[in-house]
Amino acid sequence: MNNLLAKEFSKKIRLETSKMLLKRGFGHLGGSFSIIETLSVLYGFTMKIRPENPSWDERDWFVLSKGHAGPALYATLALKGYFPMAWLMTLNDNGTHLPSHPDRLKTPGIDCTTGSLGQGISQAVGIAKSFKMDEKENRVYTIVGDGELNEGQVWEAIQFAAHHKLDNLIVFIDENHKQLDGFTKDILNPFDIRLKLESFGFNAIRIKGDDESLIKQTIDKCISIKNQPSAIVLDTIKGQGIKYFEELYDNHHIRFTGESEVELRKMILTLEEELLSEVKI
Amino acid sequence: MKIIRSNMQNTKELRAVYVDTLHELMHDNLQIVTMDADLVGASGALRLFKDFPNRCINMGICEANMVGVAGGMSLTGKIPFIHSFAPFISRRVMDQLYMAGVYSNNNFKIYASDPGFWAIHNGGTHTTMEDLAITRALPNITIFAPSDATQFAWCLKKAANTYGVFYIRAGRKGFKNLYDAESNFELGKGIVLEQGKDVVIFAIGEMIAESYKVREELIKIGIEVSIVDMFSIKPLDIDLIREIVPGKRLVVTAENHSKFGGLGSAIAEVMAESNLAVPLLRIAVDDRFSEVGTQEYLQKLLGLDALTMISKIKEKLFL
Repeated sequence: MNNLLAKEFSKKIRLETSKMLLKRGFGHLGGSFSIIETLSVLYGFTMKIRPENPSWDERDWFVLSKGHAGPALYATLALKGYFPMAWLMTLNDNGTHLPSHPDRLKTPGIDCTTGSLGQGISQAVGIAKSFKMDEKENRVYTIVGDGELNEGQVWEAIQFAAHHKLDNLIVFIDENHKQLDGFTKDILNPFDIRLKLESFGFNAIRIKGDDESLIKQTIDKCISIKNQPSAIVLDTIKGQGIKYFEELYDNHHIRFTGESEVELRKMILTLEEELLSEVKI
Repeated sequence: MKIIRSNMQNTKELRAVYVDTLHELMHDNLQIVTMDADLVGASGALRLFKDFPNRCINMGICEANMVGVAGGMSLTGKIPFIHSFAPFISRRVMDQLYMAGVYSNNNFKIYASDPGFWAIHNGGTHTTMEDLAITRALPNITIFAPSDATQFAWCLKKAANTYGVFYIRAGRKGFKNLYDAESNFELGKGIVLEQGKDVVIFAIGEMIAESYKVREELIKIGIEVSIVDMFSIKPLDIDLIREIVPGKRLVVTAENHSKFGGLGSAIAEVMAESNLAVPLLRIAVDDRFSEVGTQEYLQKLLGLDALTMISKIKEKLFL
């Protein structure tokens, strides 16, 4: 993987996600931004996909269990060519192809409908189990939120994946330390997520979640592990990549007015300028 | 539709019908998988686990995950059949049925066993009187409440061969056989089992056998009773209701389910919206819970026995 290209792809995803949210005027910025580097590595440099044929039999599958980060996924899919870029400006419009939470029946490239937390991961392990039963090579990736780990169903799915030795599955935990109402440790302490996953039988690793190169290396390492599913706990920041939004306490769902709108516009200009200068180089 | 009546004798247990039918289906269709939530001993599906070890999964006591995994597997082309006791595969997993099932347009089939008073000695905790009410409210679902072994087998085969989420509620014990094995049913079509000019009873499941007892008693006092099997709860045979109700002195619905939201509610809705002004009596469970007991005790307690039906019908007819 070319690190510069990966960083550029992350920047593009962040730019397009920001433009979507600005156009809409509100949205789940915090949890979208914290998974951008991971989406960039997965869709840019890891997964076997054919955007022109989203239901390609041999593709790798992706399930965004934390469905509220839909905007970041839509930006990624559009940039990969699953659907026209113009669709991004229709986020949450009446009759849109891009609802706030991913819907496999509405959007090309969405493998699984999610949004009710704790449920995407069950479908992801079901998909992975099917491929194991059929001895197929397809791999399955899913991103679960750290707040989402509150849901008991996640642990049912984790236990199932370990019991069935689903080594074709990688579960990312986006540990951005916050959920809707505040810090995870204050609301329902998740304790040591990596240790918990390990005790459930996973090959579990914790890394910084904003480093594309490290994410890629870790994925490659996990793919080589046999007879055991892997979990990558991503140490991230809610609102990752933009200092203002990282520091904003209430950054789960943001309404872009006043200062937050100014900051979002500023960020869009900066990202556009950076991407432009990189192209010149 | 081809209906051949049978002899009303007791038949093999419905759980054996489940296993035998699935065995046949799994043999013919390699995409079918079976899942159970630590109730293989109760469903009797061990034979499937033995003969198709790679396509049978015991999920453990994880009903929510079972529904999710079934949804995920169906995305790859599998056709999962999942089983648990009715309360745990309906009210316990309502959001999973919605998200991983109907809303996602996924493809799996549910055997919800021992609904209503069939929970017998498992008692009130294991009783669902509300499963039809909550599943009926879901779009994009088919709901069957079969009334004998032949019809149950047909429902399972229909579910296997038709895309979508199917909820099939049935006891595990044997029911009296209404239909010969050669019978063939139609999705969304009720079956007029008996014709009588005075009263029509729309019934499901074990309540059809009770309706026959009612019919035999009422004819003695000159009241003629029609009996209709409404096994297809959703889609419901609205045309048949509109055709058969006019001119009757009384419409009776009979179900092993709450009065709220089940067959009786569904038929009342159709009658009201179709301006069918015929008196209605719903034989169903009042606003209460069930408890432990034998089948006979619970049927009587909950007012789902023939004697209670007869007395309520007479009262309605001012007899």
